[in-house]
Amino acid sequence: MTGVLFTPLTAGNDMQRRFRDRPMRQVAESFIKPNDRLTSFERLELYNRQYWFRVLDGLYEDFPGLRAVLGEARFMRLAEAYLAKHPSVSFSMRNLGSRLESFLRAQPKYAGRRLALALDMVRLEWAQIEAFDNAALPALSSDDFLDTPPVRLRVMLQPHVLLLELGYPVDNLAIAARQENSGMRGEASNAVEESSSRGTRPAIPLPKRERIFVAVHRHDNMVYFKRLDPEAFAIVRALRDGATVVAACEKALRRADSAIDWASRVRSWFSNWAQLGWFGRRK
Amino acid sequence: MPANPFNNFTNYGIGIGLRIPHYHHILEQKPVVDWFEIISENFMVDGGRPLEVLDQILEQYRVVQHGVSMYFGNADRPSREHLKRLKTLVKRTKTPWLSDHLCWGSVDGRYTHDLLPMPYTFAVARKTAQNIREVRDYLEIPICVENVSSYAEFHASDMTEWEFLSEVVERADCGILLDVNNIYVSSRNHDFNPYDYLNGVPHHRVGQIHVAGHTKFEKYILDTHDHPVLDPVWRLYDHAIRHSGHTATLLEWDAHIPSFHEVHDEALKANQYLGEVEAAEKTDPVAARR
Repeated sequence: MTGVLFTPLTAGNDMQRRFRDRPMRQVAESFIKPNDRLTSFERLELYNRQYWFRVLDGLYEDFPGLRAVLGEARFMRLAEAYLAKHPSVSFSMRNLGSRLESFLRAQPKYAGRRLALALDMVRLEWAQIEAFDNAALPALSSDDFLDTPPVRLRVMLQPHVLLLELGYPVDNLAIAARQENSGMRGEASNAVEESSSRGTRPAIPLPKRERIFVAVHRHDNMVYFKRLDPEAFAIVRALRDGATVVAACEKALRRADSAIDWASRVRSWFSNWAQLGWFGRRK
Repeated sequence: MPANPFNNFTNYGIGIGLRIPHYHHILEQKPVVDWFEIISENFMVDGGRPLEVLDQILEQYRVVQHGVSMYFGNADRPSREHLKRLKTLVKRTKTPWLSDHLCWGSVDGRYTHDLLPMPYTFAVARKTAQNIREVRDYLEIPICVENVSSYAEFHASDMTEWEFLSEVVERADCGILLDVNNIYVSSRNHDFNPYDYLNGVPHHRVGQIHVAGHTKFEKYILDTHDHPVLDPVWRLYDHAIRHSGHTATLLEWDAHIPSFHEVHDEALKANQYLGEVEAAEKTDPVAARR
């Protein structure tokens, strides 16, 4: 039965007429009873439709920015191809889009000429999902590093802080797209939605190429995008990858403009990151 | 039954589902509600707002966990990773019992996110009961299984749905979350008498009852949870509690969710039926259960 359920619907949202080398009607009749109102095919079709409406709606809600980049029709073609190739492997619909970036890299035709922009948006929107409910480590306090010399001091970046180097300023586009939609994922529900409500909206202007460095992070249980200077980004990334504080700063500032007062900048960055709760200690 | 081993000898009244559109109202206004039912999967996360809200709710309210992806009817054994996450949540909520559906929904690790009907056979009942026992033994709390609404029946079935439900819960020695709306929906889709269903289940195992709204289409009924409870479902509810007694009752409203007050008021309609049963039980306890 799952083989049938995972088979995409026709363009008219009906069940396919054939399943592998057999007529679908025959397949349905082999295990589903008809009644006096619905054939076996029609009964199975209810489940086939429910499956696809549910997972497509899930992806549709989670990636409003990608929809803005690709347009509704192209997005739906991508979503269907992606879900046909990668059915959900998690109990939670939250993880539906976990392999969308790798799928799009492998199947660039689904993004057309906007591949780079689409990939940046997928990465940003997936990071947003991760930031929303990833774990929070116990906050780092001054006691945690009082006895550690700076050259040996390591800090853990919170799992709800995700770092992205992007070729397009998709953060603003994502905010605009999400404002036009209903926000983060709603409840998982076992009830059946009566119908999908996808409307046609005026297109949001797409950004021009520009390299940006973004931290997608959670603060007071809200998800934010914070743009970082390249040097600041390099420091946080090095810390995330396990470098000591001194090594991270040295690496990030190796080729930096010596005319700038980096010491005060770095102090200010660390102070800001600490206030945002970006650093934690191992449990 | 009002308090029985399957709801951990609790005596909960009328609850509603904890839903995001009501968070603000509940946390700000702190309305009087007997208990909230949460969808376990929404809180099986590592951090963030879901858990913070849950902790705030737990400070003030009783919470019961209801799952949508345990899939007792799967051919596979329950996932150990899933159970670990679930047990972490169980410890957090201290839910007195836990419910999930009598259905299947994933194969080889691929999830349909649906509550799929099962062929009603003895072999399937045995395997399902085994899965329920495994989950209960791991979580160490009572389990109630919920009958689902369905839109298809299998040639392979060799008993009715209520016979199958009874077979499973007797073999697993677990409770029933009796969803009277689901019974109504399935009775219309499969042309059986819903009162036969209600009369045919082991009433002493009913630990909780669900009521909900549904949507009628030309050839079938869908379990949409987006309406008030319809009269035929309230009549089934009345009949159910005359057998099972003053049982913990929950209204499900999951789509097109109206204000908190509208949902809660709808749930509280159950009081008129529960009141009659309670009065009858006081007068003549034996006759009241007939």
